Amino acid sequence: MEVELIFKISLVIVMFAISLGIAAYATYGERKFAAWFQDRMGPSNAGPWGLLQPLADGGKMFFKEDFIPAASEKFLFILAPCIAMLTALMTSAVIPWTTDVVVMGQILSVQVADLDIGILYVLGFVSIGVYGIMIGGWSSNNKYSLMGAVRASSQMISYELAMGLSLLAIIIMTGSLGLREIVDGQTGSFLGFLPNWNVFKQPLGFLLFLICAFAETNRAPFDLPECETELVGGYHTEYSSMKLGFFLFAEYINMFISSAVIATVYFGGYHFPYLNRMISDPNMLAAAGFAVFFAKIFFFIFLYMWVRWTLPRFRYDQLMHLGWKTLIPIAVLNLLLTGAVMILKDYI
Amino acid sequence: MQSLTNRSKIVSNKKMTFSESIYLVAILKGMFITIQHFFKKKVTLDYPKMKKPVVANYRGQHILKRDDQGAERCTACGLCAVACPAEAITMVAAERKKGEENLYREEKYASMYEINMLRCIFCGLCEEACPKEAIFLTDMIVSPDQQRDKFIYGKDILVEKMEKRYDTSKRQKHLLEK
Amino acid sequence: MSEILTYILGGISIATALLVVFSKNPVHSVLYLILTFFSIAGQYILLNAQFLFIVQVIVYSGAIMVLFLFVLMLLNLNKDTEPQKENMFKLMGVVAGGLLLVSIVGMLKGIGHINLPENPDSQIGMVKNLGLVLFSDYVVPFELSSILFLSGMVGAVLIGKKESTDIN
Repeated sequence: MEVELIFKISLVIVMFAISLGIAAYATYGERKFAAWFQDRMGPSNAGPWGLLQPLADGGKMFFKEDFIPAASEKFLFILAPCIAMLTALMTSAVIPWTTDVVVMGQILSVQVADLDIGILYVLGFVSIGVYGIMIGGWSSNNKYSLMGAVRASSQMISYELAMGLSLLAIIIMTGSLGLREIVDGQTGSFLGFLPNWNVFKQPLGFLLFLICAFAETNRAPFDLPECETELVGGYHTEYSSMKLGFFLFAEYINMFISSAVIATVYFGGYHFPYLNRMISDPNMLAAAGFAVFFAKIFFFIFLYMWVRWTLPRFRYDQLMHLGWKTLIPIAVLNLLLTGAVMILKDYI
Repeated sequence: MQSLTNRSKIVSNKKMTFSESIYLVAILKGMFITIQHFFKKKVTLDYPKMKKPVVANYRGQHILKRDDQGAERCTACGLCAVACPAEAITMVAAERKKGEENLYREEKYASMYEINMLRCIFCGLCEEACPKEAIFLTDMIVSPDQQRDKFIYGKDILVEKMEKRYDTSKRQKHLLEK
Repeated sequence: MSEILTYILGGISIATALLVVFSKNPVHSVLYLILTFFSIAGQYILLNAQFLFIVQVIVYSGAIMVLFLFVLMLLNLNKDTEPQKENMFKLMGVVAGGLLLVSIVGMLKGIGHINLPENPDSQIGMVKNLGLVLFSDYVVPFELSSILFLSGMVGAVLIGKKESTDIN
């Protein structure tokens, strides 16, 4: 019991640190990759290859003047970035990071909480995350901030539906909401030559989920709440110093978590073909699974950046049109088809 | 109008086919193009550490040469100021006193010599006009600044330092060929 | 421990619910209402009703209140635009609200003692048990409520649809 408690607490601390570290280096990666996509060099002065750039950015953020507009709601203005950061960090609690490890003779699962509701927890806390943006935008008492907040909320509501519907198809196939069960249902092979990952069984669902994940994290081409060309800075126009830093950081943490969720739900999480046959020691297997999982996560973080520097931003009516008139009907169709196949499978 | 490059595309408002209207092919094409640029050789340089090679007669910041004994060559004849199309050069002439022979090569010298780097167009006509081979353009780049008055370079910046001499032999050769 | 938490959460629920009514700024009211919903969600966790908790968070806090906030932000209500109600209306409101309170109190008295699950680790609130109960014992009310939602949706579409012009 005590070993498990200490293990879980240290896991929370480690995952907290990893989330923050990855978010910090995602900002560096974003700048570097953006530069490479545009035939530039990117940050290169701070440390070797500019590797200390996140530290320099963070230091700069802390020493900037912390300005609170006179006409703002002071308490809510300070609360908003805290909510954004809190919800972003809380989401990672249900993600299974790797296979069980053996510590002092005890089998322990590398997951902070294997909740019964699993994937719904992620959906729930992502939907709360929008309050940070909304409260921040409203309390700034600035029309651009307000526009950004209003856009964020309507976008979040619209795309959450299609996201939930595409996830439902996975839940029908797996028969469980728990992320651990969803991951462990993806071992073995599919059609003889493909790994048994959900992406091959649910290609349409994956595409829908990916599009919605882009929209939910407010990333390009769905970054309307903060689009510079129309709304100055969107909901964080009035923010400065580390409060702005919190908003930007929360976006990158959300990106990391959503990449982790995509990898877990559609790409077999920590599973990789033949991995568990090659390695027999459980702790070594766990380490390998962890590496595989993070490789998948990094790929999706890279995909986020790749798409950001390729596609132009949506127009607002196009965004709503895509969400309500295209994605939701397709998601319903996908759900019905999945259900029909699952029923027919029992008769054959 | 006749297109000059033959690369222009005629825009049409025809109805899109189904495969076009879901945009997925177009998105994948675009992403393929960007990933090609990802691995391309970068066109920008890590500037202060690396510099682009320049030609021998590159026209950058000016320098007022001293002769081998360290005396200023400029006699304040004013030909460079007359030649300057941008009227960036001003000077005040003065007479050499006794005991200053090691400072100024001839009896007359420029007590004040200013070039406004914001006006200068780096045409190099001052260099060509100079009868005493005193003023030269170099491959040094005028450094940026925040205030306009910092761009009026006086003798403190322009006159060559003896401990850091600037080799103008290549330029001189080039000018002679002209 | 969990009893203390229950009372704390209950206190928060009541306090924030009162603040919903008493705060002048409508946006503040909505924010207090969100807090109320969260404290109720906390009560569900104490009962180990995880599914109910997350549904409360997703549906009420995550979707409905976001829409409330959205509409209030768009309307930009402030003191100048607030309509002044006559005293007669205020009196009617008090009477109506008081009647509601009386009926709720009467109802609670009629129920008598509420049977709470004895151990907090009861599995009745888990997704699987809840789903089985919903789709076997309560399948008719469940489906009926879905028809209710459908009719609500149809009504919303009907109201939201543009009036067709007479030219066609």
